[in-house]
Amino acid sequence: MLLNQFLLLGAVLFGTGVYGVLTRRHTVLVLMSIELMLAAVNINLVAFGAFSGSVAGQVFALFVLTIAAAEVGVGLAIVLLIFRNLHSSDLDDVDVLKG
Amino acid sequence: MWFLENAWLVPLVPAVSFAVILLVGKRLPKQGSEVGVAAVGASFVLACGAALQWIQRVADAEGADAEGGHALARVIGALGRSVGRLGAEEAHGAVVEPVTRHTTWFQNGGVELGVGIQIDGLAVMMMFVVTLISLLVHVYSTEYMRGDRRFTHYYAALSLFTASMLTLVVADNTLQLLVGWELVGLCSFMLIGHWWEEKPNSDAALKAFLTTRTGDIGLLTGVIMTYFVVERATGEGSFSILAVNEAATSGEVGHTLLFWTAAALLLGIIGKSGQFPLHTWLPDAMAGPTPVSALIHAATMVVAGVYLGARVYPVFWEGFSIDDGGVNLMAAVGGITVIIGAALAFVQDDVKKVLAYSTISQLGYMVMGLGVGAWTAAVFHLFTHAFFKANLFLGAGSVSHSGSHHSFDMKKDMGGLRTVMPTTYRTFLIGTLALAGIFPLAGFWSKDEILLGAGENGYELFLVVGLVGAFMTAAYMTRCVYYVFFGEYRGGDHAHADPSHAAGDEVVEHHLAEAQDRHEDDRLPVATAHAHDDGHHGAPHESPGLITVPLVVLSVFSVFAGFLNATAFDIEKFQEWVEPTVAFVPVEHHAFDWTKAVISVAIALLGIGASYAYYWLGLGPQRLAERNAVARAGKRFLVEKYYLDHLYTDVVVGFVKAPLARAAYWFNQHVIDNVLNYTGRGARALGRVTYDYVDQKGVDGVVNGIGLTTGEAGGAVRTIQTGRLQFYAFLLVAAVVVFAALLWVAG
Amino acid sequence: MIAQNVVFGVLAAAMVLSAIGVVTTKNVVHAALYLVVVLAGGAGQFLLLGQEFVAWVQVLVYIGAVIVLFLFGIMLTRAPMQPKESLDNDLKWPGLVVAVALVGILGALLVDAFEDTEIELEAPTRTIEVTDAVFRTYIIPFEVVGILLLAALIGAVVLARKD
Repeated sequence: MLLNQFLLLGAVLFGTGVYGVLTRRHTVLVLMSIELMLAAVNINLVAFGAFSGSVAGQVFALFVLTIAAAEVGVGLAIVLLIFRNLHSSDLDDVDVLKG
Repeated sequence: MWFLENAWLVPLVPAVSFAVILLVGKRLPKQGSEVGVAAVGASFVLACGAALQWIQRVADAEGADAEGGHALARVIGALGRSVGRLGAEEAHGAVVEPVTRHTTWFQNGGVELGVGIQIDGLAVMMMFVVTLISLLVHVYSTEYMRGDRRFTHYYAALSLFTASMLTLVVADNTLQLLVGWELVGLCSFMLIGHWWEEKPNSDAALKAFLTTRTGDIGLLTGVIMTYFVVERATGEGSFSILAVNEAATSGEVGHTLLFWTAAALLLGIIGKSGQFPLHTWLPDAMAGPTPVSALIHAATMVVAGVYLGARVYPVFWEGFSIDDGGVNLMAAVGGITVIIGAALAFVQDDVKKVLAYSTISQLGYMVMGLGVGAWTAAVFHLFTHAFFKANLFLGAGSVSHSGSHHSFDMKKDMGGLRTVMPTTYRTFLIGTLALAGIFPLAGFWSKDEILLGAGENGYELFLVVGLVGAFMTAAYMTRCVYYVFFGEYRGGDHAHADPSHAAGDEVVEHHLAEAQDRHEDDRLPVATAHAHDDGHHGAPHESPGLITVPLVVLSVFSVFAGFLNATAFDIEKFQEWVEPTVAFVPVEHHAFDWTKAVISVAIALLGIGASYAYYWLGLGPQRLAERNAVARAGKRFLVEKYYLDHLYTDVVVGFVKAPLARAAYWFNQHVIDNVLNYTGRGARALGRVTYDYVDQKGVDGVVNGIGLTTGEAGGAVRTIQTGRLQFYAFLLVAAVVVFAALLWVAG
Repeated sequence: MIAQNVVFGVLAAAMVLSAIGVVTTKNVVHAALYLVVVLAGGAGQFLLLGQEFVAWVQVLVYIGAVIVLFLFGIMLTRAPMQPKESLDNDLKWPGLVVAVALVGILGALLVDAFEDTEIELEAPTRTIEVTDAVFRTYIIPFEVVGILLLAALIGAVVLARKD
């Protein structure tokens, strides 16, 4: 197997995730897109780990997994808070940063 | 050996007590105080056991040394240390190995980091001091803090403090020492802000925390550097204190590395031990309850810095070239602190602040002592100072508790208390004389040894500094005694009638407690609280036994502790027991010098006499500050504490904060906005701006141009600032793509 | 080697298609289910690389826990379960351009850098090796992650609770 086939798969998934983050209006969908990006990162880590024959790639993939779980937990809490305060889960309605 | 090998129990017992008090303290009949007292009592017993066994160990080693003359060489050979550096030990006598136990805490990337104990004379001495004073403070507090809102919390914090301080003391590596160091800082923060409802108290707590943290940057750096000091000497890094000291004395570590390690550690000492210029937090820390001031901000925590200095002394010795004489950073810091602390003590009206500045000044003596190579004298001063300063603080607490309606303002609320509070008066007087260094009390022996060391080791300048400090110490303490115990009683019920009078924080606290009583706070048994109140609204009276007994115990130590190292009578027990014999530097010991001793006592008596003449007899220029502009300016300079606080908050913080903010603003306005602006409006606008301002008006116009462009940019950018996160993310990703492409093409 | 490449191809195709599904579907619940396929595919890829432990952790944590969390989030925010006119904002085309450019630049870089580098697979990594590394070499990051999880737990509770 080529190293690049895994890395390119990761790149495509990452790009898809970026597209989702930029274009989805629903906050939960944006979070899912972020998960896509993290999954892509994991594939890269594990692929490089297998390539270099060290377990470091796997260990850091595990850390990424943990952080992803924490991120989803906090992210969903924020989503709930936004929903409760603005009665909407549409990111276009969250524009307090408007200049 | 059991006590020495199991010395880890000494910090463990209060740590367990902390957890117990926190969990079930409120449900206990005495709200957790009994657990705290019992635990610290147990620790004290363990520490005493360890001390006795250590003394036995020293005696055994000396006996063995006397029997077999070559035992020393054998020990050295067995230990595999460089013989050349051990000349001092041969002169000193037997080698007494510290008792160490060590276990792995964690490993990271192949580096093993451990916890352990290293028990030697210094650690044993410190354990004894900490547990004894902590025990007395625990007992004292049962009366002093009775009926307090957060009584249980207070005892929990005291237990945690004791545990952390002892962790620091027994630590066998600098990393563990750092952990204890930060924990005592945390406890200090909690206890200074014990009555956090009043803003000044929580401000003081924050100030103490942040100021010591400034020094801790140095400590952290220094601790990391100790690792590399060892690595440089042995090829393998370690935080172990013994290894660090061995590395520093081995001569294989470059002087530059040692100097910076010592300088970084010195910054930690400056922060923790209230040395100039980071001493400003210590007087403010008096906002905490008085027993806390006695325990933490006089006897134990603030000497942690000095303890660190003594613990890794070879690093300082080599780094600052202490045996060369002259002036070095450590001695200079200590010397300056001696004088500035003592000078500030003259203008304080708050008895606790007098004592706080006195503590600063005395800590200056200790650091100066280390700096001039008088290791034993500095550590001995730490030992004696703990007793008489705790004595003085607890005495001040006793006065405020029973004599002045919880006020500490000695000019307004005290005076003439010597007849109504005889025990407090006598113990306070003993503490004062010990602090002033009057023969033969404890302070005399230790201070005299520091001065002797300064003189004999080629630091004559610091001998003079020390003598001036001794004069000032005697004078301001006499002034303090005069205001508190002599003259007319100036307290009285006006203290409660006058709402503007809130000199002591505890007055406010008292009012609050009353207010809470009215709301029938269910945490306080109402009857107790009332009895407590009644006890304090009456005339001044002597404090109850729970307060006076610790005072008496401490004053006994203040009198006799000095005889442990009364060099005049050839008693050098302290030196024999405490001074390390392994991995240590050749500190010199000097024979007692009667001339110098007589001079220093005479100077102290002169200080007392001057104050006596001024305050009792009314001699000298009274109220000079009101008549003379120069004197007024001088006094104002002192009252404002050399304007150091202003320097820190207004100048330093302002200097850092404002330009940073301005720079960030400028960058935002001029760079980011312009970039967006130009993107938005295109090259044509750019060309026009360039044409108008650069071409037309030349260089002068650029300045105006920036201003105008900013104005226009603001308007233009406003349309881009939609507040929509995803648009920002879009710009971000687009920029990343562009930059990645650029870099790829360029690379 | 052929068999492995075939498996990779099948998994990769499923993953990419599902990923596109996640970011284009008009039904939020479907998006979550597509995400399951992507993550399961990822786990498959890990197995293919002989890294079993991570693969099963991925299945347990991601598919087991994270997706359930997502479904809860969808339920609690009353997301439209029925197909709606559009779940996308007006950045659709710029976003697409940027995303494609990103994949393009990444792909070009990767091909340029690694060309035909082969992964030499030895025996699958045993769990004991992974755990040894976690608890020995990387113990500090491990502790830090533990604290991070605790902070996230408390943070989520604080944020989401009703006062």
